[in-house]
Amino acid sequence: MEAKKLIYLDNNATTPCDPRVVEAMLPYFTTHFGNAASRNHPFGWAAEEGVDYAREQVAQLIGADSKEIIFTSGATEAINLALKGAFEMYRKKGNHIITAKTEHKAVLDTCKKLETMGAEVTYLDVQPDGLIDLAQLEAAITKKTILVSIMWANNETGVIQPMAEISKICEKHGALLMSDITQAAGKVPVDVKKMGIHLAAFTAHKMYGPKGVGALFVNRIKPRVKVTAQMDGGGHERGMRSGTMNVPGIVGFGKAAELASREMQRDAERLSKLRDKLQKAFGEILEEVVVNGNQEHRMPHVTNISFKHVEGEGLMMTFNQKIALSSGSACTSASLEPSYVLVALGLGDDLAHSSLRFSLGRFTTEEDIDQTIAAVSAGVNHMRDLSPIWEMYKEGIDLSNVQWSEH
Amino acid sequence: MAYSEKLMDHFHNPRNVGTLDKSKKTVGTGLVGAPECGDVMRLQIEVDDLTQTIVDAKFKTFGCGSAIASSSLATEWLKGKNINEAMGIDNMAIVEELALPPVKIHCSVLAEDAIKAAIKDYQSKNNI
Repeated sequence: MEAKKLIYLDNNATTPCDPRVVEAMLPYFTTHFGNAASRNHPFGWAAEEGVDYAREQVAQLIGADSKEIIFTSGATEAINLALKGAFEMYRKKGNHIITAKTEHKAVLDTCKKLETMGAEVTYLDVQPDGLIDLAQLEAAITKKTILVSIMWANNETGVIQPMAEISKICEKHGALLMSDITQAAGKVPVDVKKMGIHLAAFTAHKMYGPKGVGALFVNRIKPRVKVTAQMDGGGHERGMRSGTMNVPGIVGFGKAAELASREMQRDAERLSKLRDKLQKAFGEILEEVVVNGNQEHRMPHVTNISFKHVEGEGLMMTFNQKIALSSGSACTSASLEPSYVLVALGLGDDLAHSSLRFSLGRFTTEEDIDQTIAAVSAGVNHMRDLSPIWEMYKEGIDLSNVQWSEH
Repeated sequence: MAYSEKLMDHFHNPRNVGTLDKSKKTVGTGLVGAPECGDVMRLQIEVDDLTQTIVDAKFKTFGCGSAIASSSLATEWLKGKNINEAMGIDNMAIVEELALPPVKIHCSVLAEDAIKAAIKDYQSKNNI
Protein backbone atom coordinates (compact mmCIF):
# COMPACT_ATOMS: atom_id res chain seq x y z
CA MET A 1 0.00 0.00 0.00
CA GLU A 2 1.16 3.51 -0.71
CA ALA A 3 1.43 5.93 2.17
CA LYS A 4 -0.99 8.22 0.32
CA LYS A 5 -4.08 8.94 2.37
CA LEU A 6 -7.25 7.23 1.24
CA ILE A 7 -10.37 9.36 1.22
CA TYR A 8 -13.38 7.76 2.89
CA LEU A 9 -16.79 9.07 1.83
CA ASP A 10 -18.82 5.99 2.69
CA ASN A 11 -19.79 6.92 6.24
CA ASN A 12 -23.37 5.71 5.74
CA ALA A 13 -21.97 2.20 5.34
CA THR A 14 -19.92 2.45 8.49
CA THR A 15 -17.84 5.00 10.36
CA PRO A 16 -14.37 4.60 11.80
CA CYS A 17 -14.22 4.31 15.57
CA ASP A 18 -13.41 7.60 17.21
CA PRO A 19 -10.10 7.15 19.12
CA ARG A 20 -11.84 8.45 22.25
CA VAL A 21 -14.32 5.58 21.92
CA VAL A 22 -11.56 3.00 21.62
CA GLU A 23 -9.86 4.46 24.66
CA ALA A 24 -13.06 4.13 26.70
CA MET A 25 -13.48 0.51 25.61
CA LEU A 26 -9.99 -0.80 26.30
CA PRO A 27 -10.21 -1.40 30.08
CA TYR A 28 -13.31 -3.52 29.51
CA PHE A 29 -11.36 -6.11 27.53
CA THR A 30 -8.79 -6.70 30.24
CA THR A 31 -9.22 -5.09 33.66
CA HIS A 32 -13.02 -4.99 33.76
CA PHE A 33 -13.61 -8.16 31.77
CA GLY A 34 -16.38 -9.48 34.03
CA ASN A 35 -19.79 -10.71 32.98
CA ALA A 36 -22.31 -7.93 33.60
CA ALA A 37 -24.73 -10.58 34.83
CA SER A 38 -22.37 -11.75 37.60
CA ARG A 39 -24.13 -10.06 40.50
CA ASN A 40 -22.01 -11.39 43.33
CA HIS A 41 -18.44 -10.24 42.78
CA PRO A 42 -16.55 -7.06 41.90
CA PHE A 43 -15.71 -8.19 38.36
CA GLY A 44 -19.41 -8.42 37.57
CA TRP A 45 -20.12 -5.15 39.35
CA ALA A 46 -17.52 -3.26 37.34
CA ALA A 47 -18.89 -4.61 34.08
CA GLU A 48 -22.45 -3.84 35.11
CA GLU A 49 -21.46 -0.33 36.09
CA GLY A 50 -19.94 0.20 32.65
CA VAL A 51 -23.12 -1.05 30.98
CA ASP A 52 -25.37 1.06 33.20
CA TYR A 53 -23.39 4.20 32.45
CA ALA A 54 -23.46 3.47 28.72
CA ARG A 55 -27.19 2.88 28.89
CA GLU A 56 -27.61 6.38 30.29
CA GLN A 57 -25.41 7.86 27.57
CA VAL A 58 -27.26 6.05 24.78
CA ALA A 59 -30.67 6.90 26.23
CA GLN A 60 -29.78 10.57 26.52
CA LEU A 61 -28.79 10.77 22.88
CA ILE A 62 -32.33 9.94 21.78
CA GLY A 63 -34.29 11.49 24.65
CA ALA A 64 -35.22 8.17 26.22
CA ASP A 65 -35.07 6.78 29.76
CA SER A 66 -32.21 4.35 30.33
CA LYS A 67 -34.70 1.62 31.28
CA GLU A 68 -36.04 1.81 27.75
CA ILE A 69 -32.80 0.76 26.05
CA ILE A 70 -32.32 -2.90 25.09
CA PHE A 71 -28.82 -3.65 23.84
CA THR A 72 -28.50 -5.93 20.83
CA SER A 73 -25.82 -6.99 18.36
CA GLY A 74 -26.72 -4.22 15.95
CA ALA A 75 -29.53 -2.41 14.16
CA THR A 76 -30.56 -5.46 12.13
CA GLU A 77 -31.16 -7.48 15.28
CA ALA A 78 -32.94 -4.55 16.92
CA ILE A 79 -35.23 -4.20 13.88
CA ASN A 80 -35.96 -7.94 13.85
CA LEU A 81 -36.76 -7.84 17.56
CA ALA A 82 -39.00 -4.80 17.18
CA LEU A 83 -41.02 -6.06 14.23
CA LYS A 84 -41.20 -9.76 15.04
CA GLY A 85 -41.49 -9.12 18.76
CA ALA A 86 -44.31 -6.59 18.37
CA PHE A 87 -46.14 -8.77 15.87
CA GLU A 88 -46.02 -11.72 18.24
CA MET A 89 -47.03 -9.58 21.22
CA TYR A 90 -49.92 -7.76 19.55
CA ARG A 91 -51.16 -10.11 16.86
CA LYS A 92 -54.39 -10.72 18.77
CA LYS A 93 -55.17 -7.03 18.27
CA GLY A 94 -54.45 -7.18 14.59
CA ASN A 95 -52.07 -8.45 11.96
CA HIS A 96 -51.53 -5.40 9.76
CA ILE A 97 -48.17 -3.61 9.46
CA ILE A 98 -47.41 -0.56 7.33
CA THR A 99 -43.95 0.30 6.05
CA ALA A 100 -42.42 1.98 2.98
CA LYS A 101 -40.67 0.70 -0.13
CA THR A 102 -37.50 2.67 0.62
CA GLU A 103 -36.86 1.07 4.01
CA HIS A 104 -33.65 -0.84 4.67
CA LYS A 105 -33.62 -4.55 3.79
CA ALA A 106 -33.57 -5.36 7.50
CA VAL A 107 -37.10 -3.97 7.70
CA LEU A 108 -38.36 -5.18 4.31
CA ASP A 109 -37.06 -8.73 4.65
CA THR A 110 -38.36 -9.00 8.21
CA CYS A 111 -41.78 -7.87 6.96
CA LYS A 112 -41.60 -10.48 4.18
CA LYS A 113 -40.92 -13.10 6.83
CA LEU A 114 -43.83 -11.88 8.92
CA GLU A 115 -46.10 -12.24 5.88
CA THR A 116 -45.35 -15.96 5.90
CA MET A 117 -46.40 -15.96 9.55
CA GLY A 118 -49.81 -14.41 8.93
CA ALA A 119 -49.03 -10.71 8.82
CA GLU A 120 -50.50 -8.41 6.22
CA VAL A 121 -48.02 -5.76 5.18
CA THR A 122 -48.60 -2.56 3.21
CA TYR A 123 -45.49 -1.20 1.48
CA LEU A 124 -46.11 2.50 0.87
CA ASP A 125 -44.82 4.14 -2.29
CA VAL A 126 -42.74 7.26 -1.87
CA GLN A 127 -42.98 10.52 -3.78
CA PRO A 128 -40.30 11.46 -6.33
CA ASP A 129 -38.40 13.31 -3.60
CA GLY A 130 -38.36 10.21 -1.39
CA LEU A 131 -40.88 11.42 1.20
CA ILE A 132 -43.89 9.28 2.01
CA ASP A 133 -47.33 10.67 1.28
CA LEU A 134 -49.04 11.26 4.64
CA ALA A 135 -52.52 10.97 3.15
CA GLN A 136 -51.56 7.62 1.68
CA LEU A 137 -50.28 6.49 5.07
CA GLU A 138 -53.48 7.47 6.81
CA ALA A 139 -55.59 5.83 4.12
CA ALA A 140 -53.66 2.59 4.51
CA ILE A 141 -54.41 2.29 8.24
CA THR A 142 -57.17 -0.17 9.11
CA LYS A 143 -58.63 -1.43 12.38
CA LYS A 144 -56.15 -4.28 12.18
CA THR A 145 -53.08 -2.04 11.93
CA ILE A 146 -50.84 -2.68 14.92
CA LEU A 147 -47.60 -1.13 13.75
CA VAL A 148 -46.23 1.49 11.37
CA SER A 149 -42.50 1.24 10.62
CA ILE A 150 -40.92 4.25 8.91
CA MET A 151 -37.23 5.08 8.95
CA TRP A 152 -36.12 8.49 10.21
CA ALA A 153 -33.52 9.02 7.48
CA ASN A 154 -32.76 6.97 4.41
CA ASN A 155 -29.36 5.36 4.06
CA GLU A 156 -29.01 5.93 0.32
CA THR A 157 -30.45 9.40 -0.17
CA GLY A 158 -30.31 10.85 3.36
CA VAL A 159 -33.95 11.96 2.99
CA ILE A 160 -35.61 12.63 6.37
CA GLN A 161 -39.24 11.59 6.77
CA PRO A 162 -41.79 13.84 8.52
CA MET A 163 -41.73 11.83 11.75
CA ALA A 164 -43.85 14.28 13.77
CA GLU A 165 -46.70 14.12 11.26
CA ILE A 166 -46.38 10.36 10.93
CA SER A 167 -46.53 10.06 14.70
CA LYS A 168 -49.71 12.13 14.89
CA ILE A 169 -51.42 9.87 12.37
CA CYS A 170 -50.36 6.76 14.29
CA GLU A 171 -51.58 8.19 17.56
CA LYS A 172 -54.93 9.14 16.07
CA HIS A 173 -55.49 5.56 14.93
CA GLY A 174 -53.93 3.79 17.89
CA ALA A 175 -51.07 2.18 15.96
CA LEU A 176 -47.59 1.81 17.39
CA LEU A 177 -44.79 3.65 15.60
CA MET A 178 -41.46 1.98 15.03
CA SER A 179 -38.56 3.85 13.42
CA ASP A 180 -35.24 2.68 12.07
CA ILE A 181 -33.15 5.61 13.30
CA THR A 182 -29.84 4.01 12.33
CA GLN A 183 -28.74 6.81 9.99
CA ALA A 184 -30.21 9.67 12.00
CA ALA A 185 -29.14 8.90 15.56
CA GLY A 186 -26.00 10.80 16.47
CA LYS A 187 -26.11 12.87 13.28
CA VAL A 188 -29.27 14.95 13.69
CA PRO A 189 -31.31 15.61 16.84
CA VAL A 190 -33.56 12.63 17.55
CA ASP A 191 -35.99 12.78 20.46
CA VAL A 192 -38.12 9.65 20.48
CA LYS A 193 -40.33 10.88 23.32
CA LYS A 194 -41.12 14.22 21.76
CA MET A 195 -41.73 12.52 18.44
CA GLY A 196 -44.07 9.90 19.89
CA ILE A 197 -42.02 6.97 18.65
CA HIS A 198 -42.58 3.68 20.49
CA LEU A 199 -39.81 1.50 19.10
CA ALA A 200 -36.53 2.69 17.59
CA ALA A 201 -33.57 0.69 16.32
CA PHE A 202 -30.01 1.95 15.88
CA THR A 203 -26.39 0.96 16.02
CA ALA A 204 -23.01 2.17 17.30
CA HIS A 205 -20.95 1.75 14.13
CA LYS A 206 -22.74 4.50 12.21
CA MET A 207 -21.82 7.04 14.90
CA TYR A 208 -18.10 6.40 15.36
CA GLY A 209 -18.65 3.51 17.76
CA PRO A 210 -17.71 -0.16 17.34
CA LYS A 211 -19.43 -2.72 15.11
CA GLY A 212 -21.45 -5.52 16.69
CA VAL A 213 -23.51 -3.46 19.11
CA GLY A 214 -26.86 -1.80 18.66
CA ALA A 215 -29.95 -0.94 20.62
CA LEU A 216 -33.71 -1.05 20.56
CA PHE A 217 -35.64 1.67 22.33
CA VAL A 218 -38.86 0.29 23.77
CA ASN A 219 -41.29 2.87 25.15
CA ARG A 220 -42.16 2.09 28.79
CA ILE A 221 -44.80 4.59 29.80
CA LYS A 222 -47.95 5.58 27.94
CA PRO A 223 -48.07 3.22 26.26
CA ARG A 224 -46.07 0.49 27.94
CA VAL A 225 -44.82 -1.36 24.89
CA LYS A 226 -43.59 -4.92 25.04
CA VAL A 227 -41.94 -7.12 22.48
CA THR A 228 -41.70 -10.89 22.65
CA ALA A 229 -38.09 -12.06 22.93
CA GLN A 230 -36.74 -13.61 19.75
CA MET A 231 -33.87 -15.39 21.47
CA ASP A 232 -34.25 -17.70 24.43
CA GLY A 233 -31.72 -17.81 27.22
CA GLY A 234 -30.81 -16.13 30.45
CA GLY A 235 -33.48 -13.44 30.31
CA HIS A 236 -31.10 -10.48 30.02
CA GLU A 237 -32.32 -7.01 29.10
CA ARG A 238 -35.61 -7.26 31.00
CA GLY A 239 -36.31 -10.57 29.34
CA MET A 240 -36.38 -9.10 25.85
CA ARG A 241 -32.90 -10.04 24.69
CA SER A 242 -30.97 -12.92 26.18
CA GLY A 243 -27.26 -13.31 25.76
CA THR A 244 -24.16 -12.20 27.65
CA MET A 245 -23.69 -8.49 27.22
CA ASN A 246 -20.99 -7.22 24.87
CA VAL A 247 -19.57 -5.00 27.61
CA PRO A 248 -16.67 -3.35 25.72
CA GLY A 249 -18.95 -2.76 22.74
CA ILE A 250 -21.69 -1.30 24.88
CA VAL A 251 -19.24 0.97 26.71
CA GLY A 252 -17.97 2.13 23.31
CA PHE A 253 -21.53 2.71 22.12
CA GLY A 254 -22.14 4.85 25.21
CA LYS A 255 -19.03 6.92 24.63
CA ALA A 256 -19.89 7.35 20.94
CA ALA A 257 -23.40 8.50 21.91
CA GLU A 258 -22.03 11.00 24.41
CA LEU A 259 -19.59 12.42 21.86
CA ALA A 260 -22.33 12.62 19.27
CA SER A 261 -24.64 14.48 21.66
CA ARG A 262 -21.91 17.01 22.27
CA GLU A 263 -20.48 17.38 18.78
CA MET A 264 -23.45 16.68 16.54
CA GLN A 265 -24.33 20.28 15.82
CA ARG A 266 -20.77 21.33 15.08
CA ASP A 267 -20.20 18.29 12.83
CA ALA A 268 -23.48 18.84 11.01
CA GLU A 269 -22.76 22.48 10.29
CA ARG A 270 -19.27 21.75 9.01
CA LEU A 271 -20.27 18.72 6.97
CA SER A 272 -23.30 20.31 5.35
CA LYS A 273 -21.06 23.09 4.06
CA LEU A 274 -18.61 20.57 2.62
CA ARG A 275 -21.47 18.49 1.18
CA ASP A 276 -22.98 21.57 -0.45
CA LYS A 277 -19.59 22.54 -1.86
CA LEU A 278 -19.21 19.09 -3.41
CA GLN A 279 -22.69 19.08 -4.86
CA LYS A 280 -22.42 22.62 -6.21
CA ALA A 281 -19.04 21.92 -7.82
CA PHE A 282 -20.36 18.95 -9.78
CA GLY A 283 -23.25 21.07 -11.00
CA GLU A 284 -20.84 23.72 -12.22
CA ILE A 285 -18.12 21.50 -13.72
CA LEU A 286 -20.31 18.86 -15.33
CA GLU A 287 -23.45 18.74 -17.43
CA GLU A 288 -26.35 16.38 -16.86
CA VAL A 289 -25.98 15.92 -13.12
CA VAL A 290 -29.06 15.15 -11.02
CA VAL A 291 -29.31 15.21 -7.22
CA ASN A 292 -31.60 12.43 -6.00
CA GLY A 293 -34.12 12.95 -3.21
CA ASN A 294 -35.45 15.91 -1.28
CA GLN A 295 -32.67 18.42 -0.63
CA GLU A 296 -34.43 20.34 2.12
CA HIS A 297 -35.35 17.41 4.36
CA ARG A 298 -32.04 15.65 4.17
CA MET A 299 -29.16 14.53 6.37
CA PRO A 300 -26.41 17.16 6.49
CA HIS A 301 -23.60 14.87 5.38
CA VAL A 302 -25.18 12.97 2.50
CA THR A 303 -25.78 13.56 -1.18
CA ASN A 304 -26.81 11.07 -3.83
CA ILE A 305 -26.03 12.16 -7.37
CA SER A 306 -26.68 10.63 -10.79
CA PHE A 307 -24.10 11.41 -13.47
CA LYS A 308 -26.13 10.75 -16.58
CA HIS A 309 -24.83 8.41 -19.28
CA VAL A 310 -22.09 6.86 -17.19
CA GLU A 311 -22.39 3.67 -15.20
CA GLY A 312 -21.68 3.91 -11.48
CA GLU A 313 -19.35 1.00 -10.96
CA GLY A 314 -17.23 1.81 -13.97
CA LEU A 315 -17.08 5.39 -12.78
CA MET A 316 -15.97 4.31 -9.30
CA MET A 317 -13.21 2.18 -10.81
CA THR A 318 -11.60 5.33 -12.17
CA PHE A 319 -10.87 6.59 -8.64
CA ASN A 320 -11.46 3.76 -6.17
CA GLN A 321 -7.75 3.37 -5.51
CA LYS A 322 -7.96 6.64 -3.58
CA ILE A 323 -11.61 7.44 -2.85
CA ALA A 324 -14.15 5.10 -1.24
CA LEU A 325 -17.85 5.60 -1.79
CA SER A 326 -20.97 3.70 -2.89
CA SER A 327 -23.00 3.42 -6.06
CA GLY A 328 -26.64 2.58 -6.69
CA SER A 329 -25.51 0.68 -9.73
CA ALA A 330 -26.45 -2.94 -10.08
CA CYS A 331 -22.92 -3.87 -10.84
CA THR A 332 -21.79 -3.29 -7.28
CA SER A 333 -24.10 -6.04 -6.08
CA ALA A 334 -24.45 -9.68 -6.99
CA SER A 335 -28.12 -9.22 -7.88
CA LEU A 336 -27.52 -7.05 -10.98
CA GLU A 337 -30.57 -5.03 -9.96
CA PRO A 338 -30.04 -1.31 -9.47
CA SER A 339 -30.86 0.35 -6.15
CA TYR A 340 -34.49 -0.36 -5.24
CA VAL A 341 -34.51 2.85 -3.19
CA LEU A 342 -33.72 5.04 -6.20
CA VAL A 343 -36.12 3.06 -8.37
CA ALA A 344 -38.85 3.67 -5.74
CA LEU A 345 -38.20 7.42 -6.15
CA GLY A 346 -39.26 6.93 -9.76
CA LEU A 347 -35.77 7.22 -11.21
CA GLY A 348 -35.41 5.15 -14.35
CA ASP A 349 -33.10 2.18 -13.99
CA ASP A 350 -30.62 4.06 -16.18
CA LEU A 351 -30.36 6.93 -13.67
CA ALA A 352 -30.13 4.50 -10.78
CA HIS A 353 -27.21 2.79 -12.52
CA SER A 354 -25.51 6.17 -12.85
CA SER A 355 -25.70 7.17 -9.20
CA LEU A 356 -23.05 7.69 -6.55
CA ARG A 357 -23.65 8.20 -2.85
CA PHE A 358 -21.29 10.55 -1.04
CA SER A 359 -21.56 10.25 2.75
CA LEU A 360 -19.20 12.50 4.67
CA GLY A 361 -18.14 12.03 8.27
CA ARG A 362 -16.47 13.51 11.32
CA PHE A 363 -13.02 12.94 9.85
CA THR A 364 -13.71 14.32 6.36
CA THR A 365 -11.59 17.37 5.53
CA GLU A 366 -12.03 20.15 3.01
CA GLU A 367 -8.98 18.81 1.19
CA ASP A 368 -10.74 15.43 0.85
CA ILE A 369 -13.66 17.21 -0.78
CA ASP A 370 -11.46 19.20 -3.15
CA GLN A 371 -9.67 16.04 -4.25
CA THR A 372 -12.97 14.24 -4.66
CA ILE A 373 -14.38 17.00 -6.83
CA ALA A 374 -11.33 16.77 -9.09
CA ALA A 375 -11.14 12.98 -9.25
CA VAL A 376 -14.85 12.31 -9.75
CA SER A 377 -15.21 15.04 -12.38
CA ALA A 378 -12.23 13.64 -14.27
CA GLY A 379 -13.72 10.15 -13.95
CA VAL A 380 -17.09 11.29 -15.30
CA ASN A 381 -15.44 13.02 -18.27
CA HIS A 382 -13.31 9.95 -18.99
CA MET A 383 -16.30 7.62 -18.83
CA ARG A 384 -18.40 9.92 -20.98
CA ASP A 385 -15.67 9.87 -23.63
CA LEU A 386 -16.12 6.10 -23.60
CA SER A 387 -19.91 6.15 -23.49
CA PRO A 388 -21.92 5.56 -26.67
CA ILE A 389 -25.07 6.92 -25.06
CA TRP A 390 -23.28 10.14 -24.09
CA GLU A 391 -22.28 10.48 -27.75
CA MET A 392 -25.87 9.84 -28.82
CA TYR A 393 -27.14 12.37 -26.29
CA LYS A 394 -24.66 14.93 -27.63
CA GLU A 395 -25.88 14.25 -31.17
CA GLY A 396 -29.37 15.13 -29.98
CA ILE A 397 -30.77 11.61 -30.19
CA ASP A 398 -33.70 11.00 -27.84
CA LEU A 399 -32.50 7.92 -25.96
CA SER A 400 -36.02 6.96 -24.95
CA ASN A 401 -36.85 6.39 -28.63
CA VAL A 402 -33.93 4.08 -29.29
CA GLN A 403 -34.76 0.43 -29.84
CA TRP A 404 -32.45 -1.19 -27.27
CA SER A 405 -31.73 -4.90 -27.23
CA GLU A 406 -32.55 -5.96 -23.68
CA HIS A 407 -30.38 -8.69 -22.32
CA MET B 1 -14.09 -7.29 -6.11
CA ALA B 2 -10.51 -7.79 -7.18
CA TYR B 3 -9.97 -7.74 -10.93
CA SER B 4 -7.12 -9.17 -12.96
CA GLU B 5 -4.25 -6.98 -14.10
CA LYS B 6 -5.22 -7.48 -17.73
CA LEU B 7 -8.74 -6.28 -17.01
CA MET B 8 -7.50 -3.24 -15.13
CA ASP B 9 -5.10 -2.45 -17.96
CA HIS B 10 -7.91 -2.53 -20.55
CA PHE B 11 -10.07 -0.42 -18.23
CA HIS B 12 -7.47 2.25 -17.55
CA ASN B 13 -5.97 2.22 -21.06
CA PRO B 14 -8.84 1.21 -23.29
CA ARG B 15 -7.77 0.33 -26.85
CA ASN B 16 -9.51 1.60 -29.95
CA VAL B 17 -12.02 3.95 -28.36
CA GLY B 18 -13.90 5.91 -30.96
CA THR B 19 -16.39 6.11 -33.75
CA LEU B 20 -16.25 4.98 -37.38
CA ASP B 21 -18.45 6.54 -40.05
CA LYS B 22 -21.48 4.30 -39.92
CA SER B 23 -22.78 5.60 -43.25
CA LYS B 24 -19.83 3.97 -45.05
CA LYS B 25 -20.65 0.70 -46.76
CA THR B 26 -17.47 -0.90 -45.48
CA VAL B 27 -18.38 -0.18 -41.84
CA GLY B 28 -20.51 -2.50 -39.71
CA THR B 29 -22.00 -1.29 -36.42
CA GLY B 30 -23.27 -3.39 -33.55
CA LEU B 31 -25.17 -1.65 -30.72
CA VAL B 32 -26.23 -4.03 -27.96
CA GLY B 33 -27.54 -3.77 -24.41
CA ALA B 34 -29.77 -1.13 -22.82
CA PRO B 35 -29.18 1.77 -20.42
CA GLU B 36 -31.77 0.28 -18.04
CA CYS B 37 -29.64 -2.85 -17.77
CA GLY B 38 -26.52 -0.86 -17.01
CA ASP B 39 -24.60 -1.88 -20.15
CA VAL B 40 -24.59 -0.53 -23.70
CA MET B 41 -21.84 -1.54 -26.12
CA ARG B 42 -21.24 -0.11 -29.54
CA LEU B 43 -18.69 -1.98 -31.58
CA GLN B 44 -17.74 -0.99 -35.11
CA ILE B 45 -15.62 -2.71 -37.73
CA GLU B 46 -14.24 -1.55 -41.05
CA VAL B 47 -13.84 -4.37 -43.55
CA ASP B 48 -11.67 -4.61 -46.63
CA ASP B 49 -14.12 -5.57 -49.41
CA LEU B 50 -11.66 -7.69 -51.33
CA THR B 51 -10.12 -9.76 -48.56
CA GLN B 52 -13.04 -9.61 -46.09
CA THR B 53 -10.47 -8.69 -43.46
CA ILE B 54 -11.24 -6.38 -40.56
CA VAL B 55 -8.87 -3.46 -41.00
CA ASP B 56 -10.12 -1.31 -38.15
CA ALA B 57 -12.28 -1.71 -35.05
CA LYS B 58 -13.59 0.88 -32.60
CA PHE B 59 -15.80 0.78 -29.54
CA LYS B 60 -17.65 2.86 -27.02
CA THR B 61 -19.21 1.30 -23.96
CA PHE B 62 -21.48 2.48 -21.17
CA GLY B 63 -21.01 0.01 -18.38
CA CYS B 64 -18.93 -1.38 -15.59
CA GLY B 65 -15.21 -2.05 -15.73
CA SER B 66 -15.69 -5.58 -17.04
CA ALA B 67 -17.91 -4.38 -19.87
CA ILE B 68 -15.38 -1.76 -20.91
CA ALA B 69 -12.48 -4.19 -20.74
CA SER B 70 -14.42 -6.88 -22.66
CA SER B 71 -15.19 -4.53 -25.53
CA SER B 72 -11.67 -3.10 -25.57
CA LEU B 73 -10.25 -6.62 -25.80
CA ALA B 74 -12.76 -7.51 -28.54
CA THR B 75 -11.54 -4.66 -30.75
CA GLU B 76 -7.94 -5.85 -30.35
CA TRP B 77 -8.89 -9.37 -31.35
CA LEU B 78 -10.98 -8.24 -34.32
CA LYS B 79 -8.29 -6.27 -36.10
CA GLY B 80 -6.66 -8.31 -38.83
CA LYS B 81 -9.17 -11.14 -38.62
CA ASN B 82 -11.24 -12.37 -41.53
CA ILE B 83 -14.93 -11.79 -40.78
CA ASN B 84 -15.60 -15.53 -40.74
CA GLU B 85 -12.90 -16.01 -38.14
CA ALA B 86 -14.29 -13.07 -36.20
CA MET B 87 -17.74 -14.68 -36.22
CA GLY B 88 -16.18 -17.55 -34.27
CA ILE B 89 -14.97 -15.47 -31.29
CA ASP B 90 -16.50 -17.07 -28.23
CA ASN B 91 -17.39 -15.19 -25.05
CA MET B 92 -15.63 -17.80 -22.91
CA ALA B 93 -12.33 -16.82 -24.52
CA ILE B 94 -12.92 -13.27 -23.21
CA VAL B 95 -13.83 -14.63 -19.77
CA GLU B 96 -10.56 -16.55 -19.67
CA GLU B 97 -8.36 -13.78 -21.01
CA LEU B 98 -9.67 -11.20 -18.51
CA ALA B 99 -10.37 -13.67 -15.67
CA LEU B 100 -13.90 -12.32 -15.34
CA PRO B 101 -15.67 -13.31 -12.12
CA PRO B 102 -18.95 -15.28 -12.54
CA VAL B 103 -21.21 -12.23 -11.97
CA LYS B 104 -19.48 -10.48 -14.88
CA ILE B 105 -19.79 -13.23 -17.48
CA HIS B 106 -22.73 -11.38 -19.04
CA CYS B 107 -20.27 -8.63 -20.04
CA SER B 108 -18.40 -11.10 -22.25
CA VAL B 109 -21.70 -12.36 -23.71
CA LEU B 110 -22.56 -8.78 -24.58
CA ALA B 111 -19.18 -8.35 -26.30
CA GLU B 112 -19.76 -11.48 -28.37
CA ASP B 113 -23.23 -10.21 -29.28
CA ALA B 114 -21.73 -6.87 -30.31
CA ILE B 115 -19.15 -8.56 -32.55
CA LYS B 116 -21.83 -10.64 -34.25
CA ALA B 117 -24.15 -7.65 -34.63
CA ALA B 118 -21.39 -5.56 -36.25
CA ILE B 119 -20.51 -8.32 -38.71
CA LYS B 120 -24.17 -8.90 -39.58
CA ASP B 121 -24.65 -5.17 -40.13
CA TYR B 122 -21.69 -5.13 -42.53
CA GLN B 123 -22.99 -8.22 -44.34
CA SER B 124 -26.52 -6.92 -44.72
CA LYS B 125 -25.23 -3.58 -46.04
CA ASN B 126 -23.28 -5.45 -48.69
CA ASN B 127 -25.88 -8.14 -49.39
CA ILE B 128 -23.55 -10.90 -48.31
